[in-house]
Amino acid sequence: MYRIAVKRELNPTVTMMEIEAPLVAAKAQAGQFIILRVDADGERIPLTVAGCDTLKGTVKIIFQVVGGTTMRLNTKKQGEYIQDFVGPLGCPTRTDGIKKVCIVGGGVGCAIALPVAQKFHDLGAEVHSIIGFRNKDLLILEDEFKACSDKLTVMTDDGSYGRKGVVTEPLKEAIEAGENYDEVITIGPLIMMKFVVATTKPYNIPTTVSMNPIMIDGTGMCGGCRLTVGGKTKFACVDGPDFNGFEVDFDEAMARGTMYADFERKEREEFCNLFKKEVK
Amino acid sequence: MAVEPKKHEMPTQDAKTRARNFKEVALGYTAEVAVAEAKRCLNCKNRPCVDGCPVNIAIPDFISKIKENDFEGAYGVISESSSLPAVCGRVCPQETQCESKCTLGIKFEPVGIGRLERFVSDYHNANFKGEPEIPASNGRKVAVIGSGPSGLTCAGDLAKKGYKVTVFEALHLAGGVLVYGIPEFRLPKSIVQKEVDALKKYGVDVETNVVVGKTITVDELFGQGFEAVFIGSGAGLPRFMGIPGESLKGVYSANEFLTRNNLMKAFNNDSRTPIMHAENVAVVGGGNVAMDAARTALRLGAKNVYIVYRRSMDELPARKEEVEHAEEEGIRFEILRNPVEIIGYNNPDDRRDPRNGFVTGIKVRKCELGEPDEKGRRRPVEIAGSEYVIDVDCVIMAIGTSPNPLIKNTTAGLDVNNHGGIIVEEATGKTSKEGVYAGGDAVTGAATVILAMGAGKQAAKAIDEYLKNKK
Repeated sequence: MYRIAVKRELNPTVTMMEIEAPLVAAKAQAGQFIILRVDADGERIPLTVAGCDTLKGTVKIIFQVVGGTTMRLNTKKQGEYIQDFVGPLGCPTRTDGIKKVCIVGGGVGCAIALPVAQKFHDLGAEVHSIIGFRNKDLLILEDEFKACSDKLTVMTDDGSYGRKGVVTEPLKEAIEAGENYDEVITIGPLIMMKFVVATTKPYNIPTTVSMNPIMIDGTGMCGGCRLTVGGKTKFACVDGPDFNGFEVDFDEAMARGTMYADFERKEREEFCNLFKKEVK
Repeated sequence: MAVEPKKHEMPTQDAKTRARNFKEVALGYTAEVAVAEAKRCLNCKNRPCVDGCPVNIAIPDFISKIKENDFEGAYGVISESSSLPAVCGRVCPQETQCESKCTLGIKFEPVGIGRLERFVSDYHNANFKGEPEIPASNGRKVAVIGSGPSGLTCAGDLAKKGYKVTVFEALHLAGGVLVYGIPEFRLPKSIVQKEVDALKKYGVDVETNVVVGKTITVDELFGQGFEAVFIGSGAGLPRFMGIPGESLKGVYSANEFLTRNNLMKAFNNDSRTPIMHAENVAVVGGGNVAMDAARTALRLGAKNVYIVYRRSMDELPARKEEVEHAEEEGIRFEILRNPVEIIGYNNPDDRRDPRNGFVTGIKVRKCELGEPDEKGRRRPVEIAGSEYVIDVDCVIMAIGTSPNPLIKNTTAGLDVNNHGGIIVEEATGKTSKEGVYAGGDAVTGAATVILAMGAGKQAAKAIDEYLKNKK
């Protein structure tokens, strides 16, 4: 069992937890992920590491409450325990030779983008960050990004905070203004990453995307997380989760992500009904 | 007295009933039947069956004990050589091992050695109330990576010699392929749990949720005072054929399909892990894993389940009993067929049609058998223009795995072959790295439980010798 040392709501749908897992905390690097189970009947879900504290032996996770499992996770209180927590899995984000980077995060993906931005900042690279949210209420981690970015642009879809529009607009402007990024790293919804790649491709700026497909074991055994990258089958858990954005088949990844949409809808409804009963 | 020409039949659940439940198929011998079957053993001088067993169980000796109604005595004989008798009695391919060598088998059916082994271990598990004798600790630490058949065997043998063994398991539950791969109806998980618990009584620590190669490396284990390491991490990445359509929704690797069902209990309504309940399922491959996947799909409610295999029934690599059980349950064998494409639904007028991207069929090409290959199995030769489509909504690929890269990528000095399998000295499991031994599928690629156990056993012996000499 793994103790929830800290729990904090970042916005109405996004929660941060620090989980006591000293072995994982000692090893985890930006770009890697963990797998957890909330309780004994629980499914295994992957979450990308949002930071760790090696002294306290804790690993930070930030998750959006979207499905049955994240809803269950969100009912756990600070000081309570979750069943299983394993990692760090996957390969760390590649940083070598990159002097100037643009980090493009979307929604809860910003939670994963932050440690990547921090790592580049610590390595002395010039970091430009573009983070996008649907609206002001969903904004997270602005101060943290400010602290590690040489330039930060906040976007909201409805213009309720920062600049109105999508993340690809300021990205394109920056590129056209002559910012010579060695690399663009993007983490967020698949559709956003697809458009980021479409934006950088004409300029041929190397672009890394962080994929988060359906997974079970996360150690290269089940093959559920397979993607087509450069025409070849790759496994996000051992070959990724970072991939060359120009080579990823996003349409296929988006289609595969909906395989259990029906089941997930039922799970959500069941959980919500359960919750209503408990409240009574 | 004349010998009964045939093995006593194994009672099983009725085929129609069992095809819709996950309870164990074979029910096991009663004591009476076991004694009668034991009496078929000629107790011949040559004892060829012992050589046919990868862990060299003293088979005629345990059978003699059964004849005398001394079932605990029989268990004692088996457990001298085997750490997981209740498992092996169920999943070993006896027809190609011990039973294939049986002298009685020259004229008649061989003695049902596997069935007797299962009887003896089930008897022991149900009736034995005592505690095992715990050997005095020698204070020396050995790490075992993976809690599948090779790891559990190696850990058990070393613990019995007094070593302090820690088993590291990547998943949340110990047992490896015995829990995630082999279904409940063939190997009840309560049996695996008993075997794991028995090891714990011998002082073996099992650490779940530790991925060696990620959470901790082999070199770090040595740094923590482990004096030897056994790698039994199993097979890894599932293979796909590389045909169009393998990424459609409804295409699984057998590993994923079985893991969802066996480890995550997706068949159970309380489980939070989803699995597709398909009506028509094609399983590509002809091994035990293919049979397990096909029979699981049937139990999840499928109407038609097809085994698509490119050679003939004679070449199926699965255990004979599994093929027979599958046939009885109504699995259909589309033999001499090679898949060329998986076909998916596509509504060109509505990109948001929820059916888009789901499997609707598998296109196969007929084959005929040609010349034997280097292993002596006749090669399938495709017949041009013979393609047709089998209507299915789920395709499960059960065509093998390639070794997991996590440990080799993080362990300097550990040599692997060009398939990624760890290179070992065959008799000892010794690798190219000092103090590191390996066995099971991580070395051989996908093979059987008993071969992995045999490798774990040899490695335990070699590790003991290595550490005694090292001092």
